[in-house]
Amino acid sequence: MATVGRALLIVAFAVALYGVGASLYGAFAGGRAWVDSGRRAVYALAGVLTIAFAIMEIAFLRSDFSFDVVATHSSTTTPTFYKATAAWSSQEGSLLLWVWLLSVWSSLALLVTRRRVREVAPVATAVLLTFASFFLMLTIFFAQPFTTLAAVPQEGTGLNPLLRHPAMMFHPPMLYSGYTLFSIPFAFAIGALITRRLNAEWIVSTRRFALAAWLCLGVGIVLGARWSYTELGWGGYWAWDPVENASLLPWLTGTAFIHSIMIQERRGMLKVWNASLVLATGTLAILGTFLVRSGILDSIHAFGASTLGVPFLILIGAMVLGSVGLVVWRRADLTSEHRLDSLLSREAVFLFQNVILVGLAFVVWWGTFFPLISEAVTGTRASVGPPWFDKYIVPLAFVLVALSGIGPLVPWRRLTWASVRRGFVLPALAALVTVLALLAVPGAWMEPKAAAFTGVVAFVLASVGQELWRGMRARQASARESAPVALAGVVRRNRRRYGGYVVHAGFAVLLLGVAVSSSFQHARDISLRPGQSARVDGFDITYVRATARAASEKISLGAVLDISKHGRHVATLRTTRGFYPSQDISQGIVGRFFGGESESEVGLRAGLGRDIWTVINPNLAPLTPIIEQGNRTFRRAMVGIMTGPAAKRQQAVAQLYALRDAAVTAVARRFVTSPWPADFRFIVSPLATWIWLGAIITFLGGLLALWPAPAAARRRVSAGYAARVARELARTTQ
Amino acid sequence: MDPSRKRRIRLVVALTAALLAASALIYTSFSAGSDEKTAGQLLDGAVAGKTYTLAGTVKDGSVRRADGVLWFSVRDPHRPVAVRVRYTGIVPDPFRAGRGVMVKVQRGAGDLFVGEKDTMVTKCPSKFQVAPPRPGSGGPASLT
Repeated sequence: MATVGRALLIVAFAVALYGVGASLYGAFAGGRAWVDSGRRAVYALAGVLTIAFAIMEIAFLRSDFSFDVVATHSSTTTPTFYKATAAWSSQEGSLLLWVWLLSVWSSLALLVTRRRVREVAPVATAVLLTFASFFLMLTIFFAQPFTTLAAVPQEGTGLNPLLRHPAMMFHPPMLYSGYTLFSIPFAFAIGALITRRLNAEWIVSTRRFALAAWLCLGVGIVLGARWSYTELGWGGYWAWDPVENASLLPWLTGTAFIHSIMIQERRGMLKVWNASLVLATGTLAILGTFLVRSGILDSIHAFGASTLGVPFLILIGAMVLGSVGLVVWRRADLTSEHRLDSLLSREAVFLFQNVILVGLAFVVWWGTFFPLISEAVTGTRASVGPPWFDKYIVPLAFVLVALSGIGPLVPWRRLTWASVRRGFVLPALAALVTVLALLAVPGAWMEPKAAAFTGVVAFVLASVGQELWRGMRARQASARESAPVALAGVVRRNRRRYGGYVVHAGFAVLLLGVAVSSSFQHARDISLRPGQSARVDGFDITYVRATARAASEKISLGAVLDISKHGRHVATLRTTRGFYPSQDISQGIVGRFFGGESESEVGLRAGLGRDIWTVINPNLAPLTPIIEQGNRTFRRAMVGIMTGPAAKRQQAVAQLYALRDAAVTAVARRFVTSPWPADFRFIVSPLATWIWLGAIITFLGGLLALWPAPAAARRRVSAGYAARVARELARTTQ
Repeated sequence: MDPSRKRRIRLVVALTAALLAASALIYTSFSAGSDEKTAGQLLDGAVAGKTYTLAGTVKDGSVRRADGVLWFSVRDPHRPVAVRVRYTGIVPDPFRAGRGVMVKVQRGAGDLFVGEKDTMVTKCPSKFQVAPPRPGSGGPASLT
């Protein structure tokens, strides 16, 4: 099977190279058949890589340890659900996933656009296949997923315990989908620049893919944050880690792009800006992939030192130079058709919002790469922490949220006093009332930033609500429908617009959760014995009893905690720390069951008002003498067996292992029978759940915007678009 | 005013504002950044009261926990020296002897450095390229 996998990768590489050549030859020699052949090469690539990826997945599911990648990232005791996900916990497997997703999304994009953008598509095909060739080269020459072992081990190392979380099943595929989907508008932008087809057609054709990329990347980021919150045992969801930041960078510029293309579609403006944004987004997507793999920056998530840095640097260098060169080369074709009529117009708000988003991306980029920058400038590697990021990100995010509420209220071209009165009064009142109400809450005035954020969020929600209300009323008046039917109708016919509004509302809710939970959070680290209590933010937390469980997968030591307030029971929380067996036999026959990787199971009581979060960190030091005694006893017994008669050896070893299992279980039970103090971290975070709620609303809004419009609306849009293309063609032929 | 002149003025104002903002960002990053040092570099020249980011590997057999305080030593990757660290706060799940860590520290007495609360970052072992030891002869790796 591994041989087949290796052969498939070589075939895929050949297909990709052929596709690049065929597409370019067809594009510049005018051979339609070659263009079609290049496009079909992408479909073939998707087919070949689907089989290759399936082979790797089957190897994981069958625990085929003849595959090096399976032996080092899975085990027979790894649950089936996680065996499937273990494929992308490795460098090799994740590269294969990346190129497979690229081939699938590229096939879909080229299938959808096969009768459109006929001049641009062949070049775009060549660009997409160049990316595929690059990643296939990595999987063939640098990080081979189908390497086999000469001596096949009976058991694998197992999946890292930290990755055994449902969010990890979807987090990497969603991130990679986002990265690879952003390659599509990038490739079409390159095609449009090279072929000088710089009207809005390439944007319209790839807009949905840009939106899908934005959505997938956003979902991936949120899933990563959720994993961090519930798995990493520190109680946070974002730490400005370089690898986290790497995914945020293309998301920020991608957000700017999907807003600014509306201006190019409607008014033919910002062509240089849009081309630059999408090229930057595509490059940042590759940069994100590079950061995780190069090991140039220290991160909890990075793949460590590897040999992939140089090839990635060459690719990124080529992308940056090529992008800048193309935009400069075609600057005469990228002139705007209209000027900004007024700084008080929707175009200006979009532009300002774009500047803020790019500013945010620059801050994140600078802070992320600062260790390298400082080393280059001063000779000393230095890093900046969360306070530095917060200093810039918080005010910029504040303005961004405010603009997401202002944008829908401002008309295109010019704002008038009448539209100010019509649009702004209600949202401004909502913001004012909210801030005043919040300031009446004891202690709230101590956090003016959180109060201001809450006011802005109220403004955004009122603005979105008002737009929905007005749309519904207008439809009711014209179609004489009931309110729910009219609302559904108006949203259905303008999915992109209202989906966008829902995204704004969701994002505002998400940031409200971030602002309030971080400003009013109470955290406490404390050591407790069973029966002892601690008070955190008015909650009495009692360590009721210790728990211990020795299972085939791991040994779990934990606690049951009772949460009460003013004598009334609020919740019962259970938290454990799981210790996975180590493969390092030097830790001793008993000791290695306590000396492997460990992970936390968080005790969480989530609510709309607040989350109560706790994690246990049991100190294993009191068990050390018993473990060492067990190691000595079993080592002596093992030596005795090995020096005894060979005929009875197998049976004796089996008996010894049974005794060892009983001993390990008994050692773990000591945590319950003779409990000692355990360290706990307690966190009470108000509105933390709103972060995830806001993310879900944002996701639903994104889906709404992405969903294809009904046939009638599509015809109307197509007619308008056709008229616009005709106008542009008339202008270019003059 | 002439529209093209107005546009030029707007552009100059916007570019000046962007330049000023970028300058502030760059200045504060250099003044707020904490130097990343190895154990040997800290022993040679760490100044009391200044914060450094200590990067290295947790020394085998050095990890000890008492009264909510974590004690461990960090090895220099290039020289046979190590510094002791006294740390309180969040200990990442992957923390253990032999693992790469980064922690913000200030100089204490002798070779002791005091870790800043909740600043420890541990390398995620799943993503390392170094192959872990193969299953050995110590029996099944898990409870049967």
